[in-house]
Amino acid sequence: MNRLIYILPLLLFAGLAAYFATPILQGKNPHTLPSAMIDKPAPLRPLEPLLSSKPGLGPTSLTGDVQLVNFFASWCGPCRVEHPLLMQIAAAKTVPLYGVNYKDAPEAAVNWLAQLGDPFERIGRDGDGRTGIEWGVYGLPETYVVDRAGRIQYRHVGPLSRQTFEETIMPLVNRLREQNE
Amino acid sequence: MIAELGHYALALALCVAVVQSTLPMIGAARNDTVLMRLAQPAATAQFLATVVAFGALTYGYVTSDFSIINVAQNSHSLKPMLYKVSGVWGNHEGSMILWVLILSLFGFAVAAFGNNLPPSLRARVLSVQGLIGVGFLGFILLTSNPFERLDPAPLDGNDLNPLLQDPGLAFHPPMLYLGYVGFSMAFSFAVAALIEGRVDPAWARWVRPWTLAAWTALTGGITLGSWWAYYELGWGGWWYWDPVENASFMPWLAGTALLHSAIVVEKRDALKSWTILLAIITFGLSLMGTFLVRSGVLTSVHTFAVDPERGLYILGLMSVAIGGALILYAIRAPSMKLGGMFQPVSREGGLVMNNLLLSVATATVFIGTLYPLFLDATTGQKVSVGPPFFNAAFVPVMMPVILLMAVGPLLAWKRGDLPGAMARLWTAALFSAAVAAFVWTQHAGTAFGSIIGFAFAGWLAGGTITEWAARIALFRQPLSVSLSRAVGLPRSAHGMTLAHLGLAIFICGAVADSYWREEVMVNAKPGETISIAGYDLTLVSIQHSQGPNYQTETARLRVMRNGAEVTILSPERRFYPVQQMPTTEAAIHSTFLADLYAAIGDGHAKAGWTVRVWHNPLVPWIWAGCMFMVVGGLISLSDRRLRVGAPKRGQNLSSSETKGPESAAQPAGAD
Repeated sequence: MNRLIYILPLLLFAGLAAYFATPILQGKNPHTLPSAMIDKPAPLRPLEPLLSSKPGLGPTSLTGDVQLVNFFASWCGPCRVEHPLLMQIAAAKTVPLYGVNYKDAPEAAVNWLAQLGDPFERIGRDGDGRTGIEWGVYGLPETYVVDRAGRIQYRHVGPLSRQTFEETIMPLVNRLREQNE
Repeated sequence: MIAELGHYALALALCVAVVQSTLPMIGAARNDTVLMRLAQPAATAQFLATVVAFGALTYGYVTSDFSIINVAQNSHSLKPMLYKVSGVWGNHEGSMILWVLILSLFGFAVAAFGNNLPPSLRARVLSVQGLIGVGFLGFILLTSNPFERLDPAPLDGNDLNPLLQDPGLAFHPPMLYLGYVGFSMAFSFAVAALIEGRVDPAWARWVRPWTLAAWTALTGGITLGSWWAYYELGWGGWWYWDPVENASFMPWLAGTALLHSAIVVEKRDALKSWTILLAIITFGLSLMGTFLVRSGVLTSVHTFAVDPERGLYILGLMSVAIGGALILYAIRAPSMKLGGMFQPVSREGGLVMNNLLLSVATATVFIGTLYPLFLDATTGQKVSVGPPFFNAAFVPVMMPVILLMAVGPLLAWKRGDLPGAMARLWTAALFSAAVAAFVWTQHAGTAFGSIIGFAFAGWLAGGTITEWAARIALFRQPLSVSLSRAVGLPRSAHGMTLAHLGLAIFICGAVADSYWREEVMVNAKPGETISIAGYDLTLVSIQHSQGPNYQTETARLRVMRNGAEVTILSPERRFYPVQQMPTTEAAIHSTFLADLYAAIGDGHAKAGWTVRVWHNPLVPWIWAGCMFMVVGGLISLSDRRLRVGAPKRGQNLSSSETKGPESAAQPAGAD
């Protein structure tokens, strides 16, 4: 028993190392963690709008065109990193960008958008994080590609980079657009 | 040519490190002095070779040699010189070179100043240090060579991420690495002691200054990082519980515990196997900090380019180093002799509680940082852990630490007198109550939590000063006697007092800022006025201008208070064309009691500019408190007893110190 105490740190460490190694050995890129939601209808309870000037999100908002849904919050550091790119995407109008403001104080979020600019066409407020849980969000920011039928097709975890956007997301968006036409 | 020289020097350093990590170890096992002595020149050679490699890369940056991929990707000819140099470690490859430079510097220091160490211990320590060097040099050469060439060379470079072009951040990584890598020394000593099979106070006397130096540097590094985030990110906060912040905070917490448990080993020859375990864990957490930012396991502002190969290598390195050390620990630690016994209520008991609580705090941060990933991997369930978790879980763990910090130093070694200590703490209790009452009168109706926070800070400050005053017999002897006693007091005592006071000051700043921060955001045109916390800020003008490698919009805000002009604040919004990235440069007016903090956002002459102003009470105290801790660490480091190479005089001093409150149980044979 006494001896076991001295072995315990080793066992704990072994467990931890194995846990870290698994995703790397399986060749998973943590930025594209598979989502259990892929190819399933995006769950969307009605979300009240964050801004009075822009609509919120409802069950029917995600049909029509292929769109990106970005989960963001004013308390999220990396969100700030990807924000300039979102602004550019919005300015280029290549694909509609919807925002879900996740577990955030509304005033803080409004300030945040006022300071950095607002790239979103619609912004829904997910104050209690229920929508986030339904979508499988675990760390902000996350960006989802949703097809015309409202099904989730792709999930990106972490700040969006120009490279990912141009080489992965836009080709997927274009493919999805063609498929449904 | 210079770059190839640097590459060659790196390979040479690796070869020397291989020698350093094997032959002296064999020598120590066979008791062969010649082989053991080989460690010193090897460590020196490894250091020199690494200096050449680092110099070569720096030369590439300074001369903007874009035929080196690393320079082309991270530098730009128009970048100011400071950031050309800091660009060397502003990227993955270069930062690893800095890492091994500091690692070999520490090895060199042991080689140069370790004459009073037992030869076999010194040989083994240097061998282990060399082994870590092999791991990291191999890592650089195999996966992250900074000297790779690019042909044809581009006309100009990609520039450094503009967020990183900042004086605060220029020195953040070197300080942080001094801390991280400094703990490698404690680790090497721990592993060497496990191989030797014994730990004695002399061992602890060596480990303490290294740990203290590492801790001091890490404190400075984390502070710089936090200060940078505060004024550069332009969102008024100073700590975000970001995974990478946590990655540097965990070794700090564990290192703080190690710092205190090493004292028990030195003074009382107890807690040996625990101290060794802590040394291993602390360095393990430092390695994890390195691993996390480079593996892509966690994403954050700080992460370097993701590369599975690199992640796997560092993970392997970590497994060999930490796993190996823990195997050694499992085999050797049980047979380690128990040291001096002590009562639960004693200085040792207090330090054990400190260690327990700090370990729990470390575990809390650890879980909060990795739990979301862990849960996802095991159950597929998704959760999000943000600042609310840390504030709810971390603060309650630290509260008893603060309570005990005032009591512990007043207890004697071996067997303490709790009622006696508490009786001496009535002044601290009184002070704490006075602080709480003062806060209540100043901020009537403020949240209960803020009052509690200040009461704790007051208790800690009061207790710390009580202990210091008792040591120099302040007010009980004539002032001249007290003064001469203060001069005679070991510097480590002053250091401890300063560091503990620093924490009290820090707590005031942190509590005040989280409860009383005010914030105003408006859309303003020139001529409009914003009011906050008794100040009136008038937007005078917005000017466009051109910096060396950016364009900028600078606002002029005239700050008035009670009709008198206080200052002009000039927040900027910069745009870096090479990286297509805007940054905010906040303008801060600091007084002793608060920061007035202004940042501007998007805007046009017609629509007006977004102006955000914060009033952050006592934030300067946060930096002041951290400075106290760093200065306390430095003063303590300058203590003769800790100074490397002066153990003999140290002995004399520690016996002359027997007049202090800890005299009662000063062990006769501690040295």
